[in-house]
Amino acid sequence: MIDLKNLTIEKAHQNLKKGVFTCQELVEEYLKVIKEKNKELNAYLEIYDDILEQVEKAQKEFTDGTAELLTGIPFALKDNILFEGHKVSAGSKILENYTASYNAFVVKELKKISAIIIGRTNMDEFAMGSSTETSAYGVSRNPYDTSRVPGGSSGGSAVAVAADMALVALGTETCGSVREPAAFCGLVGLKPTYGALSRNGVIAMGNSLDQVSPFGKNVRDVEIVFDLLSKHDSLDSTSVPNNLRKPKSEKTNQKIIGVPWHLFEKGVDPIIMDNFKQSIEKLKNSGYKIMNIELPFSKYSLEAYYIIMPAEVSTNLARFDGIRYGFSKEAKNLKEVYMQSRGKGFGKEARRRILLGTYVLSHGYYDAYYNKALKVRARIKAEIEKVFEEVNLIATPTVPVLPFKLGEKLDDPVAMYLCDIF
Amino acid sequence: MDIKDVENLAELARIELSMDEKKAILKDMEGILAYVKTIERVKVEDITAKHELHNVWREDKIEPHEFSPEFLTGQFPAAQDGFLKVKKIL
Repeated sequence: MIDLKNLTIEKAHQNLKKGVFTCQELVEEYLKVIKEKNKELNAYLEIYDDILEQVEKAQKEFTDGTAELLTGIPFALKDNILFEGHKVSAGSKILENYTASYNAFVVKELKKISAIIIGRTNMDEFAMGSSTETSAYGVSRNPYDTSRVPGGSSGGSAVAVAADMALVALGTETCGSVREPAAFCGLVGLKPTYGALSRNGVIAMGNSLDQVSPFGKNVRDVEIVFDLLSKHDSLDSTSVPNNLRKPKSEKTNQKIIGVPWHLFEKGVDPIIMDNFKQSIEKLKNSGYKIMNIELPFSKYSLEAYYIIMPAEVSTNLARFDGIRYGFSKEAKNLKEVYMQSRGKGFGKEARRRILLGTYVLSHGYYDAYYNKALKVRARIKAEIEKVFEEVNLIATPTVPVLPFKLGEKLDDPVAMYLCDIF
Repeated sequence: MDIKDVENLAELARIELSMDEKKAILKDMEGILAYVKTIERVKVEDITAKHELHNVWREDKIEPHEFSPEFLTGQFPAAQDGFLKVKKIL
């Protein structure tokens, strides 16, 4: 019996190295939990059938003495990251029969050091949602209270780690899709700086925003995964070149945390606000200096986001047309094939955002919405760059609300979108 | 926005919707647009970006990538003799 609850990557690695347990024994412990809990929690959509081969390869590296820190570590993979020869559906019916034809960059990196990918996890359709309720494959449930959502869109990956069905997991985040489920499930979620991790082989939602983002039970586990995957990839033109990855030299040793208090005046649950204030006190007591900062344009970040992201969604999802791959509906002519395949293949939220994106990009609205949102985004970027001249970090609560009940926000898109505000 | 606008957008986006779906989307769109509309009130002058964005190119040289054509054609909804089969366009 392995104590999965308190297991970390470093502990697992030490035990695998010393032979306290084997890769197979470790994976079997997780599979046991999956067998017991997945039916109710619906974290995984599929457990891969080649785990045994993956395990044997990892174990051999321990025998040969070539094992690295993440060798043999069981990962869960969000259903929008390509793993060659395995199904990948982005939580959508339109891709239910699709098999990945190549490996995503991050999967290549994980396979290089023989990490074990247990299976693919449930998600909001095409990562559009904050609760994992828009998946075509059923809702996932919060392991701490199964009447509540685990957050989203990477809810399946969060549940997998929180319920000990994997040691760590990869999700993807555009705005909140990893940090929010991490907060709802008591985990650490890291959205890396855009360009840190390659987007190659990740099914795109908003190209100017998407990032592969790790989940773990503690900061160190997430750091280890991030360190492995954060490198330049020539196949992603927005991947940050290696010479720009060196951390900026610290001007002072003093750590100053900026807190934009004015952004939390409205709409944050008082329980969350209290908790946030307590955390700030703890940081103060640990020697950090807290500074009130003003970010006047950041107030409009969510509005800008819900214009830019659907615009990118509507162009990205144009490729799912029932012609080259995925779900296809037989119809009398080409246009009908498009109309019906897309009409039946996409769920409610995907359709909503495609139409919204089409609207903000259409003639007559382009300047008022899309162009304006880009300008606001440029201002937000500029004001954040400026504030970082004075502070080293910026702190905000992760989510303005506590985990809500299944179905509670499903018919109120704006209420759901507000979960992404930070 | 009215039901006609929803129909036009659905036509542009090539998504078939039933009347009930159109009505539901109209209601949702009105709510979402009312929310994002606040951006119209924000006053922004053009600013010059501190870091200019630039295109990233790769050398135009052929590098082998392992793709199996059979694997890709096998995923076509309709195929004939190794080609993707589509409905008549004209």
